Amino acid sequence: MRDYAKEVLEGSPRAAARLISWLEDEDPRALEHMERLHAHTGRAYVVGITGSPGAGKSTLTDKFTFALRKQGLTVGIVAVDPSSPFTGGAVLGDRVRMSRLAVDPGVFIRSMATRGFLGGLAKATGEVVKVLDAFGKDVIVIETVGVGQDEVDIIRLADTTCLVLVPGLGDTIQSMKAGVMEIADVFVINKADRPGADQLYAEVTSRVEQDAHIRERAWTPPVVKTVAVDDEGIDDLVEAIRSHRRFLEESGALEERRRRRAREETLQMIHGELFRRIRDRLTADGELEALVEAIAERRESPYRAVQDVLARWLRE
Amino acid sequence: MTQDRKIKIIVAKPGLDGHDRGAKLLARIFAEAGMEVVYTGLRQTPEMIVETALQEDADVVGLSSLSGVHMYFFPRVVELLREKGLDDVLVVGGGIIPKDDIPELKKAGVAEIFGPGTPTAEIVEFIKKNVRTRD
Ligand SMILES: Nc1nc2c(ncn2[C@@H]2O[C@H](COP(=O)(O)OP(=O)(O)OP(=O)(O)O)[C@@H](O)[C@H]2O)c(=O)[nH]1
Ligand SMILES: [Mg+2]
Repeated sequence: MRDYAKEVLEGSPRAAARLISWLEDEDPRALEHMERLHAHTGRAYVVGITGSPGAGKSTLTDKFTFALRKQGLTVGIVAVDPSSPFTGGAVLGDRVRMSRLAVDPGVFIRSMATRGFLGGLAKATGEVVKVLDAFGKDVIVIETVGVGQDEVDIIRLADTTCLVLVPGLGDTIQSMKAGVMEIADVFVINKADRPGADQLYAEVTSRVEQDAHIRERAWTPPVVKTVAVDDEGIDDLVEAIRSHRRFLEESGALEERRRRRAREETLQMIHGELFRRIRDRLTADGELEALVEAIAERRESPYRAVQDVLARWLRE
Repeated sequence: MTQDRKIKIIVAKPGLDGHDRGAKLLARIFAEAGMEVVYTGLRQTPEMIVETALQEDADVVGLSSLSGVHMYFFPRVVELLREKGLDDVLVVGGGIIPKDDIPELKKAGVAEIFGPGTPTAEIVEFIKKNVRTRD
């Protein structure tokens, strides 16, 4: 058997690619390799790019990555697109805007389908980030799915989250659902060549100022104007992200964020593993079906059944 | 629960002509058949296509060509895949390709060529039947 963890650490893109597939498929073979990679993670800086469909996230990712490459930094990109709930298939089209990065050995791009996972990411996105981190990428960019406004999972993975807004796409402050404005560490007003850009910029800026009055915040999100297709404003974006990073590092907030992430992740893994084990046992000996039968016939309540199952499990 | 293994396919349009309607349509057809399709857009070089297949761990590469560059591009993609050790990736082609060219393309390692008007179900079935089983 191939030693994927070792190969990833030695920089083999093929090993990284295969390990990522296993993670997406929830193949248990990934586990031992991830276990060994863990000590080599935590070095990369993770940037999230989120916003409405067609806001220019991929174009920005391309330009941002190119700017980082000029500084000599290596970049991993994880681009997430939705799976069809009807067919399970997906068209992953983000690479179209990143063609020139395809043959750059300092860039590794992976497209991911959500496979039914909600929140704007795929279930395995966090794990994939770890692989690219251990693989040695300096910066990892996550492009989220561009649908609706409930996709705020990105803040759990990204050190800096950029929220991309566009004039004329209905991206007005009034239309924002509660909690969406709050995810931004950096606001990007893209397509600033379009009418309405100045107005949107003014709106967002004044909202950010208002927020600063209402609640004392250690970080005030900068608002950056870009025309991604023309490579305009990208230096400002790079600078905004860099200053947020500096803020996180100097204030100790980066450490705190990552600790919180580790805590959530650990609890989630315990949850997943416990669930898997109990489910496997219950289904293996037909007990689950018997329980379901009893519950459906109202001989047993699900509340009671859960307590019984857990009590038995915990005793063993 | 382990997920169903999904077929991952790169749909690429090598060459310089600027029409991608056919390739886009193919991408949608494969997605409709439950595959995960990485659509790469126009003007892809063989190097770009193969690097993409490598990073995406693709099972299949679907090439579409209208501009008559297939005799160079298709075999070159196969050759580069082999160089990278990706011998088990299935390569299929489509577009406007003269019948006389097909034997040579197949000899070069292209698994099948689908001319215009091939029923899409046939293409999907061919892929499902011939795709590698990833261990
Ligand atoms: N006018 C203008 N068009 C832009 C700008 N940035 C991107 N676009 C165009 O907007 C369209 C969508 O760009 P993408 O980068 O694919 O947007 P996206 O947010 O990644 O889209 P999804 O991933 O599908 O949600 C493309 O046609 C781009 O060329 C810009 O600054 N100005
Ligand atoms: Mg995109």
